[in-house]
This record gives sequence, structure tokens and C-alpha cells, in this order.
Amino acid sequence: MEMPKTIIEKIWEQHVVHHEEGKPDLLYIDLHLVHEVTSPQAFEGLRLNGRKVRRPDRTFATMDHNVPTIHRHVIKDQISKTQMDTLQKNCEEFNVPLADIHHPDQGIVHVIGPELGLTQPGKTIVCGDSHTSTHGAFGALAFGIGTSEVEHVLATQTIWQARPKTLNVKVNGKLGTGVTAKDLILAIIGKFGVKFGTGYVLEYTGEAIQSLSMEGRMTICNMSIEAGARAGLISPDDTTVEFLRGKRHAPQGEDFEKAAQKWKSLATDDGATYDATVEIDADEIEPQVTWGTNPGMCIPVSGNVPDPTQAKSDSEKSEIRRALEYMGLEAGQPIAAVKIDHVFIGSCTNSRLADLKKAATIISGQKVNPAVTAIVVPGSHSVKVAAEKEGLDIIFKEAGFEWRDAGCSACLGMNDDIIPDGERCASTSNRNFEGRQGAGARTHLVSPEMAAAAAIEGKFVDIRKFSVPTPN
Amino acid sequence: MEPIRKHEGLVYPLNRSNIDTDQIIPKQFLKRISRQGFGEFLFYNWRFDSKGEPRSDFSLNFPKYNGTSILVAGDNFGCGSSREHAPWALQDYGFRVIIASSFADIFYNNCTKNGILPVQLTEDQISELIDQAEAKSYTITVDLENKRVYDNHNFDASFDLPNYQREMLLNGWDEIAVTLTHKNKIDKFEEEREFS
Ligand code: SF4
Repeated sequence: MEMPKTIIEKIWEQHVVHHEEGKPDLLYIDLHLVHEVTSPQAFEGLRLNGRKVRRPDRTFATMDHNVPTIHRHVIKDQISKTQMDTLQKNCEEFNVPLADIHHPDQGIVHVIGPELGLTQPGKTIVCGDSHTSTHGAFGALAFGIGTSEVEHVLATQTIWQARPKTLNVKVNGKLGTGVTAKDLILAIIGKFGVKFGTGYVLEYTGEAIQSLSMEGRMTICNMSIEAGARAGLISPDDTTVEFLRGKRHAPQGEDFEKAAQKWKSLATDDGATYDATVEIDADEIEPQVTWGTNPGMCIPVSGNVPDPTQAKSDSEKSEIRRALEYMGLEAGQPIAAVKIDHVFIGSCTNSRLADLKKAATIISGQKVNPAVTAIVVPGSHSVKVAAEKEGLDIIFKEAGFEWRDAGCSACLGMNDDIIPDGERCASTSNRNFEGRQGAGARTHLVSPEMAAAAAIEGKFVDIRKFSVPTPN
Repeated sequence: MEPIRKHEGLVYPLNRSNIDTDQIIPKQFLKRISRQGFGEFLFYNWRFDSKGEPRSDFSLNFPKYNGTSILVAGDNFGCGSSREHAPWALQDYGFRVIIASSFADIFYNNCTKNGILPVQLTEDQISELIDQAEAKSYTITVDLENKRVYDNHNFDASFDLPNYQREMLLNGWDEIAVTLTHKNKIDKFEEEREFS
């Protein structure tokens, strides 16, 4: 009998083009996603060397990072416009399919890949963006690359990669009511730190993972990079297959059934071993809120902000101090008492239809707290259209949320959607780094449900105890 | 890319961990379409105040670090966004070598594709370098051929780097050209797969 293998090893072995002892492998790339910010220099490199895009049919581009989310017909920011125009020209010149700002398929690159069925189990997927790990939710080996590597993949459809180590993130038991995939991944990073995944590809396993929807799985895999791992994935199962059925770029009819069999056979074999394993119990996880300036700095909503004097080492002490100072928080203060100024529901972590629906359930019939500015930015144009069909836009707007067009928006504030200096935002995105949402902006990462409740209350509340007040 | 074999330079100590690429080059500067000119925005939010004036309390602005080319920092350097603008900014500012106790994977790779040498040393070795460079004007030599870092006194450390990346840096190779020597294999791989 063959040795039992992990899905990571299976996908890897199917994609090695060239292997030489003591060197990285040359790995074939099935799908290359491209966006406006990390590609201009790569296309320029091709031009300077007289090279072509090897497989435009395996390449797909969109505009997401710096697109405005309102008044899209005139783009005022000339530098952003130049970047978008450059992508347009590059895609025309190199024959790469593009969903530009006005295209119905436009959206955050990690939202549209799965939505169009481009993302499939067993594929190797890269993009000049670290959250490419999102696509791992489908049992694909997906990771972020730099611009030089973007150029390399455009020219050769391959990449040099050292065979990664494998790490099993085993989640035992079930998540409690009101506890979401976002809380789970934050709790994992909180427990094991922001670099436990460095040098590894993570596979998330266990009951709590298997019972997640594809949207939940995408939220988990999305934040693998926040644990230091370039890629994180989940073995495909029936949930994966059903999500892909009927998607535009997925196989159709009989071909689909054949593909589905193949996909499921990629799942990690019983008895396969990993280079390392970490375990966490799902039932002990509470809704999470980050208090500091990296995603590992998170606590349960019932908890208190840490006290640097209790730190285990000098470096930890100074890190906590710096973070508290930046965040404008006091050591030991309950996180639930912290007042917020902004709510951002969006980003490739939590801007899919399922996320918006959950937030809307909390918001429905309520009013955004007068002290809070709240926006919803759907992950893609299709999400926006689908949400509007269900009347979610009305629910959000009546509550006092702004309802925007699709893009990365305040996740990184490259467009006008910026959190002002010193103001505090409950955000469904994935990074709470200093200045991420705007210079001096203070970010608290939470689930869409927690963000919605925070918008109403003006502070963090435990969603499990949050009873929606009757509308007056 | 410019080869790097042996580099002697002034050390700039930045005693922090988890320095993410959003700090190295904030997003408002990612809109350029060339690789040049990012150096003036390096560590922008730390180097400049809200009016764009240099902050006298941020050490990179201290005159004694003028002309530095070796950055020494703590754990998990370059975490976060995959933006290659981070190594471009470091390089454009004048850095050729980054020494840290650990690096984020994507950043590490991005450095080696741009002729920046990432050197991993132990935490104790890092503290020693930082102490020296904070106390005085401190110059060290980084020798990639022999994988050694040393000063004119007692500091002498060896480091490791995957062979492939070492050769790339030593020779300043164009990686795409190297890969295209395997073009037949890529063609064959594609052919076999399309029929499977
Ligand atoms: S939504 Fe945020 S994290 Fe996701 S791709 Fe856009 S900028 Fe990156």
C-alpha cells in the first residue's frame, strides 16, 4: 500500500516540473490572479526583456485595492487612476482577461476567484497578495508572492519553491452559539502567536472545521498569513463540492461529477503525518476582539486589556506598552467598555453574502449609534447585487450604514475610505497594524456579527448576550 | 540584479519585533508603477510627523546613522503584506543587508530577488549588534561567500542561507532566464496534463 499522504504533499507532487536535490522545486501554477497594485512593475519587466505572458488563459486580473467605493464614474485620485489605467493597458497588451472597475465580475480578488469557480481543489494558485491563502479553503495550495515572482509566473507559469513543512491545526469539538470562524482564527493566532506558521503550510482539521460553511472556511484560511504561514488549507469534502456546483468556471454536467470524485480523493489520508501539530478546543472559544497592533493581540470580549507589568519577558513588556500607547488603551481595562467611532464591514476576510446576511440580522430594525460612522463594503459586485436582491442594502441603509461599491476599501485605506488619526474602528478585516486603516487609526478586529452589534451600541458587546432591543 | 558577495557598512539598529511591511512602506506610497524612488517613504509614519517634518525622536533620523546600509532588527521582520515595495524602499534608501532573529517568508524571498541579503542570527547576537550600534558608530562586514558576519573586534558569527538563494545573490542572476533553461520540461508538463 502507498504511504498515507496529506493533501499538501499530494498537490505538491502533482505540480513538480523539475526537481534537483538541494534546490527548491520548480512548481507549476494553475491559476494566477493579478491586481493593480503589485503588477505594474512585473508587466514592465516583461516588456523590458521582450517576454510574453505564457498562459493568459490561466491568468485573471481585477482592480480592487485602490478603487473608490463611491462615485466610481469619475476617479478623482489621479495616481490611483494611473495604476488602474496601467493594468488595463497591460491586460490588453498581454491578452490577460480583466474584470475592470465597471465589470460585473469586479471585486476583491480573493472573493471573485471562488465566486467564479476559478478557485478549485487541487490547484496551485498564486497572487501578488498575501491573503491568497484564502483560496486554501477549497483544498487548493494557494499563496501570496512578491512582484518579482508575479513577473516570473507571468513569464513561465512556474515558481521556485522549497518544499514546505506541514502543520496540522486541529480544532477539537464544536464552536458555541454566536462564536464564528473569525473568532476561531483570531483565537488560534492569539494562542499560538503571529509566527507559529512561518515556514509551514497549515492544514486545518477537526470537527469544528468540517462543520464550517465555505464562507467560514475562507475566513479561516484567509488569516493563515497572520499566523506567518504563506498557505493554509482545508481538505475538500461535500461542502466544497456543493459550493462549486454550477459556478461559471467549474466543470459542468458529467465532467463536474468526475471532477468532484477527483477533488475528494485529494483529502488527507487517514494516518498521514505532519511535521508539527497544534490543538485547540473549539468549545472554550469566546467571541474575540483584538486590543493591540497585531492580530495575535486578541482577547475574549469578556476580557481585560493586558497589563505590561505581567508580561513574561522584557521584549513582550515593551511590545505591550507600545501597542497600548498606540491604541490609546489603559492596562487592565475591560475591552467591552471601549467606545468606538467607526465600523467597517468588508474585506476579503468577511465581505461575502453570508457575512453581510449575518450582520444584517443584527442590524435589522436598529439604528447605528449616533457616535458611530458605519460602512458596508461588499466583497464583489456580484455580492452587492445578490445582497440588494435580498433587500440587505435597505436594512443597512435604514439603520444608518453607508452602502458602498465593491473593493478593499478601509481594510487598507488606499482609496478615500480612511479612518482618521486617533479614531477607533471595529473592523471585520484581518490586520490591525499601526496605520493600516489610516495614519494613527486604531483598529479592533472582530466578526461581522460583533461589528454589527458594536455599531448599534457604540462599544463592544458580547454577541451571545446581545438581545436586540425592540425597535421604537 | 546587482550581485552581493561581501559588504561592509554602518549598522542601523531598530530594536523592535514584528516590523510589518505596512510600517516599512505605508500603503499611500504603493501607487507608483515603477520600482524606483520608494526610499524617501521608508518607515514613513515613524520618520515623519503629520506635517511631513522629520521626527527628531526616531533613530533613523539621527545624524549618526547617515549612510547606513545594514539594518538590524528583532523577530519576524517583514511580516504582513506581500508588497515588494518594502524591499524596494529599503534598497532605495541604501540598505543592502537586513539582519534579524527571524523573517517572514514572503519578505525573505522578496529580498533575495532584489539583491538584498537577509541574514538570520540568534537573539543574543542581535542584542550584541544592537547594543554596539546604539552606543557608537558601528561598522561590520557581511561575507556571503563564507556566510560570516564580523566586526574589527570580537564579533564573529556564522549564518545560514539556502544554497539556491545564496547563488542567486552571489551571481545576481535573472531568475526568469534560469527558469527558461527548463522550458522543455514546462512544455512537456503542460502537454501531459492537458490530456490527463
Ligand atoms: S481586502 Fe484587505 S487584506 Fe484583502 S486583498 Fe484587499 S487589502 Fe488585502
